[in-house]
Amino acid sequence: MAILRYSFYRFGTMLLTLLVVSVLVFVIINLPPGDYLSNQINELKASGQSAGVAKAEFLRKEYALDRALWEQYMIWMGFMPGPHGFSGMIQGNFGWSFEFDRPVSDIVGDSLWLTVLVNMAAVVFVYATALPLGVIAAAKARTWADYTSAFVGYLGLATPNFLLALILYYYGRKYLDIPIGGLMDPAFEGQPMSWAKIQSVLVHLIVPTIVIGTAGASAMMQRLRANMLDELGKPYVETAIAKGMSPSRMLAKYPLRVAFNPFVADIGNLLPSMVSGSVLVSVVMGLQTIGPTLLTALKTQDMFLSGFVLMFVALLTLIGTMISDILLVMLDPRIRYEGRDA
Amino acid sequence: MTPLLSVENLSIGFGAAEPAVRGVSFEVMPGETLALVGESGSGKTISCRAILRILPKAAQIRTGRVILNGEDGTTILSDLSERQMRRIRGNRISMIFQEPMRSLSPLHKIGNQVSEVLWLHRGASERQARRTVMEQFERVGFPDPERAYNSYPFELSGGMRQRAMIAMAMVAKPDLLIADEPTTALDVTTQAQVLGLIKDLQRETGMALILVTHDLGVVANMAEKVVVMHKGRVMESGTAAAILRAPAHPYTQQLFDAAPAIPDEQIVGLPPSQEDLILEMKAVSKTYTMRSGRGWKGEKLIYACRGVDFKLPRGRTLAIVGESGSGKTTAARIALGAEPPDPGGEVLFRTRAGADPLTVHKMDRTQRTAFQRQAQMVFQDPFSSLSPRMRIQDAMTEPLEIHQIGTRAEQRERASEMLSRVGLNPDMLKRYPHAFSGGQRQRLSIARAMMLDPSMIVCDEPTSALDVSVQDQILYLLEELQETLKLSYLFISHDLAVVARIADEVAVMRQGLVVEQAPPETLFHNPQHPYTKALIAAQPEPDIDRPINLKLVALGAGSPDTWAEAFRFTDSVIPSLVELEPGHKVRCHV
Repeated sequence: MAILRYSFYRFGTMLLTLLVVSVLVFVIINLPPGDYLSNQINELKASGQSAGVAKAEFLRKEYALDRALWEQYMIWMGFMPGPHGFSGMIQGNFGWSFEFDRPVSDIVGDSLWLTVLVNMAAVVFVYATALPLGVIAAAKARTWADYTSAFVGYLGLATPNFLLALILYYYGRKYLDIPIGGLMDPAFEGQPMSWAKIQSVLVHLIVPTIVIGTAGASAMMQRLRANMLDELGKPYVETAIAKGMSPSRMLAKYPLRVAFNPFVADIGNLLPSMVSGSVLVSVVMGLQTIGPTLLTALKTQDMFLSGFVLMFVALLTLIGTMISDILLVMLDPRIRYEGRDA
Repeated sequence: MTPLLSVENLSIGFGAAEPAVRGVSFEVMPGETLALVGESGSGKTISCRAILRILPKAAQIRTGRVILNGEDGTTILSDLSERQMRRIRGNRISMIFQEPMRSLSPLHKIGNQVSEVLWLHRGASERQARRTVMEQFERVGFPDPERAYNSYPFELSGGMRQRAMIAMAMVAKPDLLIADEPTTALDVTTQAQVLGLIKDLQRETGMALILVTHDLGVVANMAEKVVVMHKGRVMESGTAAAILRAPAHPYTQQLFDAAPAIPDEQIVGLPPSQEDLILEMKAVSKTYTMRSGRGWKGEKLIYACRGVDFKLPRGRTLAIVGESGSGKTTAARIALGAEPPDPGGEVLFRTRAGADPLTVHKMDRTQRTAFQRQAQMVFQDPFSSLSPRMRIQDAMTEPLEIHQIGTRAEQRERASEMLSRVGLNPDMLKRYPHAFSGGQRQRLSIARAMMLDPSMIVCDEPTSALDVSVQDQILYLLEELQETLKLSYLFISHDLAVVARIADEVAVMRQGLVVEQAPPETLFHNPQHPYTKALIAAQPEPDIDRPINLKLVALGAGSPDTWAEAFRFTDSVIPSLVELEPGHKVRCHV
């Protein structure tokens, strides 16, 4: 199967890209002068607390921060034995967060899958609203349906996300009894998975999904409308009408299929922009996603934590682009048969 | 006998403007072919689309009735609701369009798109439909219906796609087929075969046909009745025989006069003297390597030009004729220095008689600038070759600015001079291109090419996007400019009739090779190569007594390995170009 082969090939390039990204991430988190510990040592020395200094010096050795940068990278990734043998990313040891004084995996814990969940929900929301609205706006171009959806769309684009969050929380609470803040009832935090916990998460998910997805949905709707309008003028649409197809069936089968390609290609781009774009929203809404963690880690130069979070976001992006590439190949025969003998 | 379809007093308008189609009436008998003839803007396309109500959104039918008399009684199509209309479209009346390249969805298999008609109108299952569609594919001439069924449109050539469109239109056995310029976008040999196919199918099924066309040659080959339209009105209608033999209306007469035809006189052409050559191409080849999609499959070589030798004497016209993909445009691009030839080839250019030849692809900067002043180009599509955001004045003076010639005032002076030279009003300098018609734009392109006072112009199909009467005017302009300014033309065309008029020597190309080369008179009256014969035979002539000889077309139009043995060539075995008589060369095995 050609597609299976392509998927393998695409998976291989993804791993390779991930490797390159890891180098970049490591360089970036080491760009600011010093590291968390040397900064701390300087601070402690300045205030004369020599007891802490010894511990910090010990930690520097423990995490190989006293070695050359390339060695630090190799140890971090797990390509080279560190002070404790092979123990890096690929062995599943994500390092130590100095700021929180706990292992990175402990800190990110739940927020990893919650991030994936929130963003997946938002992506689904984006497609589920943008597709029908965009198609209707194009099919009924320059009618009230078009103008209304355009108005709502621009409103969605122009409203700041956190404001939208506050409004939705207020009215959601008032009329629908939707809980405010967080991604689950505090009682379930740190608890094992249970039916009640899932229910709680789902109810808490409603507002964040809408808030994070609205801007993306409006933008996509407008682009889909423009793409569809281009396609509607093409001769193959006329051919379909001349066959005697009904408008709705024709729209779904022909122009939408062609206009849809760029949106499949968008899946990969949506993920990172949502993760980084939703940091502020997550802070405002108290979501236990990875966004706020990243923010703190970057601010305090907590290198292993920020490194891990950046790698995680990169992985999400790469998986997104891989999925969209494979989908595109399945959807568009022109890509699939490129180079096939005619 | 009741007509199958009658259109009565049809008027169509756009918005609040004057109607674009006024009081048009015509009738089609069962099994008959009616041709709607006219130039662009005559309203012929919109009139035939009004039958199925497939109109642009802004268009509204103001008055008129469309009546269909089928086996199951009379239906007034113009009174049907949109939903009822859907049962007519593709079922009782079907339609094929001008551009086979774009009229099929690129993302669906041909079989799926054709079968859909049966799913819609016959409620057929996928398997039932498949059987009928395969039969239809075989009838429209797909050598391997199974393969065609599973192909995507981009895997088929233009001719094959139009066959697929015809199959789609015919699969539900309609009473009437409306064909809107079905062959205009096709090469002339393909056109002949597709027209032949439509005629055969019509004979088999007894279906009526409305053929919309601008080409009187196509009309003469296909139609029993003709309706001539001009500016939204019917000028003349009647049987094809009557109208084609003795057009009564002056507009019809005008169309006839403008239609270029291959001349009849039996004269022996003399090869132009070979003394003062302005351009000489020696053993020019161009090979492109096409990367195949998979890395390990290796590369594919495309021979765009193979060993082309051309000599263009000063003040003369050399025409290169061939269908799409024959390498004619590549040859012209190499002549202009836009692309280098493969090693071993050489292009020489002489600025004056007796001057030392310049090698076009080995010039230094100053020589190149001088060469570019001497050699200019006129493009095929007058709509995309002028920037829509530049005033005519700026577009015209731009070449002078680039070459830093004259002051601003002198440049403008020259622009208005050139504009009147090509028959336009110098007042138009301040306008933008959208304010001009196709013919006017092509005049502008010519005027722009003339700004630098060149000695050679490469014309790449300068008239193929234009109406016949406009084409006639542009050819006249080119001839006149050549006479007064001693210009040399390298003229690229797929239209033998145009070439017959303007060329001093014609080279016929196929798959990158010149297969025959001779002065036009010799070429048209003593063609030797089967491909040349096919091209000439395929040219539809506006003469009802000289139909296209499809047998001759079939002999030469196929791929080179189906030609008669003396002419056959493959990638490795290529016969050489043999001079049969002075100035008449044919590629054949001796």
